[in-house]
Amino acid sequence: MLIRKSDPNSIPSSEITPRSGYMNRRAFMAAGAVGAAALAAERFTPLLRPDPVEADTKLATVPSPLSAKGLTPTSYNDITHYNNFYEFGTGKDDPAHYAGSLRTRPWTVAVEGLVKNKKTFDIDTLLKLRPLEDRIYRFRCVEAWSMVIPWVGYSLSEFIKQCDPLPSAKYVQFLSLDDPRQEPALRSVSLDWPYSEGLRMDEAMHPLTLLTFGLYGATLPNQDGAPVRVIVPWKYGFKSAKSIVKVRFVAKQPPTTWNDMASNEYGFYSNVNPNVDHPRWSQKTERVIGASIFKQRQPTLMFNGYEDQVASLYKGMDLKKNY
Amino acid sequence: MPKRIIPNRTIVVLKILVHIACLVPVAWLLVHLFQNKLGPDPTHTVTFFTGRGTLRLLVITLAISPIRRLFPRFVWIIRFRRMLGLYAFFYGCLHLMTYLWLYAGFSWAAIVDDISHRRFILAGVTAWLLMVPLALTSTAWSIRKLGGKNWTRLHWLTYLAALAGVVHYWWGVKQGDNTPAEITIVLAIVLAARPLLAWVRSRNAIEVSH
Repeated sequence: MLIRKSDPNSIPSSEITPRSGYMNRRAFMAAGAVGAAALAAERFTPLLRPDPVEADTKLATVPSPLSAKGLTPTSYNDITHYNNFYEFGTGKDDPAHYAGSLRTRPWTVAVEGLVKNKKTFDIDTLLKLRPLEDRIYRFRCVEAWSMVIPWVGYSLSEFIKQCDPLPSAKYVQFLSLDDPRQEPALRSVSLDWPYSEGLRMDEAMHPLTLLTFGLYGATLPNQDGAPVRVIVPWKYGFKSAKSIVKVRFVAKQPPTTWNDMASNEYGFYSNVNPNVDHPRWSQKTERVIGASIFKQRQPTLMFNGYEDQVASLYKGMDLKKNY
Repeated sequence: MPKRIIPNRTIVVLKILVHIACLVPVAWLLVHLFQNKLGPDPTHTVTFFTGRGTLRLLVITLAISPIRRLFPRFVWIIRFRRMLGLYAFFYGCLHLMTYLWLYAGFSWAAIVDDISHRRFILAGVTAWLLMVPLALTSTAWSIRKLGGKNWTRLHWLTYLAALAGVVHYWWGVKQGDNTPAEITIVLAIVLAARPLLAWVRSRNAIEVSH
């Protein structure tokens, strides 16, 4: 992309995508146990199967001033093989193995609740709604690990404007696909499906909040929440709903999956905050995915490094109570 | 029934195989650690590798006694119990080191904070502490010194250590994650085997006496 090359801060995806090395990296997974051969055969199969056409389509993108500067993105392999996507299993490598059954075309996003007119957007309409931007963001999981991910999308606010919400709408709820035929673990993982997440209206309208369609310059792989998801870079990862089929505008704080499951562990806000521990671990530091074991730890930043941009949203709030 | 005599040479060969089976995974781990090939999150990989290894070895150690009662021809496997127990402790030490180094960063304050605030860490430390006296009294000299009865009584702590380890596992994973179920079921079977066998035997004894 010519425009991209003119910006010294953006790295062409052709340079940062080490796609050749997948198989090597996979090798360790199977090597551990006895009977590695059988295991390896089973585990390599999904990788040898050709990806669905829509899962790796190049996207035309423009650079964004909201992209983080001076960060090296995590490898494509790690971003696509270390996922929490419980619809496909609780293991970190489950989504990479099982998300092949997700069908991302045709796909529609229904807009409902407190809006002037209920609407349904086709995924291809959404992709063309606004120019797609490259946005390199920090990504911090509540489990104390982190990545740097070059997302592709545009500000969620642009989409919300198209939805015409009523003034009474104070929150936005996102509902993920809930289809056991495509998402086998829906039957075995005991969470309240469909996956539900939500944001306060001002959080949803913040320019950093990204309606996301791709990463590394191409459409999202299924295991990363294809075909459309939200990314809220100053919040723990689970706040960023994947594979969204419904956007609902509501007056009251909507129920959200992990908050319902264990509210002492996962607050509604869940802003990245090194001063508020998770009951089971400290949030002061994080493990950098893809780093060597000897220097995997780094300090966690307030609001995941986006304090200047988002702290004003929470002025006057006790962040220890509203964790 | 005459006791089957297993030649010493067979035992030696089997012992070497057990040593290999217990040490090869550690060698694999170290090689991959230094080659930086432990996956996207190496800290996490080492943690679960050593933790699960400890629990598996503990459960295998506990299974030996019921197995030899159930199958008298395998009575000789008792000769492997000490080494398996010591390997369980060795893996437990590796697991503890992983925590002290990669999570607590050898900071006393972080360790105290974790133990006082996080029950899953407390359960894990408890499980390790319970194994310490067992490892220390694993020598033949200790058995003589303590007397067989006292020694046996002390070594019932193995059951507690395994239980604390499984509780530590459950408390450490998030709700909805059922990966500790497998080892829990196996441990439950091993724990139930002893009283069950005793009950069956006492019933048989009564029938015979009639």
